Amino acid sequence: MAETNDWIENEVKNNDVVLFMKGTPGFPQCGFSGQVVQILDYLGVEYKGINVLSSDELRQGIKEFSSWPTIPQLYVKGEFVGGCDIIRDMFQAGELQSHFAENNIAVKGAA
Amino acid sequence: MSATGPLETAMREKLVARFDPQRLQIVNESHLHAGHHNRDSADDGSFDGAGETHFRVRIVAAQFDGMSRIERHRAINDALADELAPDKVHALAIEPAAPGEPTRW
Repeated sequence: MAETNDWIENEVKNNDVVLFMKGTPGFPQCGFSGQVVQILDYLGVEYKGINVLSSDELRQGIKEFSSWPTIPQLYVKGEFVGGCDIIRDMFQAGELQSHFAENNIAVKGAA
Repeated sequence: MSATGPLETAMREKLVARFDPQRLQIVNESHLHAGHHNRDSADDGSFDGAGETHFRVRIVAAQFDGMSRIERHRAINDALADELAPDKVHALAIEPAAPGEPTRW
């Protein structure tokens, strides 16, 4: 479990935007994960999608890493930002866009 | 949906006890997910849509005032930790609000 924790920590530290999800950005296997993918793609943010279904250890490990029981989980600059409900609320309020801007994350989309 | 199930009843009791909500709505959305692949099932099958697998909790409570979105979700997840076990509720959508904040219900 410690190894999984280290692996996750490494991923969120070395990638500006990381989405732990079920399935992949190209083929989400869960409606909640799919919603976050749609928002990130709409904004034109570069991110790394990590499929938690690829490993039971990862699927359990990510929940313990963040003390958050559900997936998807979005991390920006190593910090947990939220799950589907929170990301959608932030997006609709314009807060997700400003969160990316404050963290110097390029947003290429129109919007 | 038919009669209220045991998980929904337990969630309602715990949310009322913990948050003393002004408004509370628990929606069983399991039927919307019938046919979805369920990796947690014993036979690696699909959700049949008949059970208590997918819920939406809408809650307005004074103690959410001054709490961040993440703090609100954490408080609710924590209150419902028993129900969020892997073999019970599979997915929980949460719409928390403090009194006076806009809601969509």
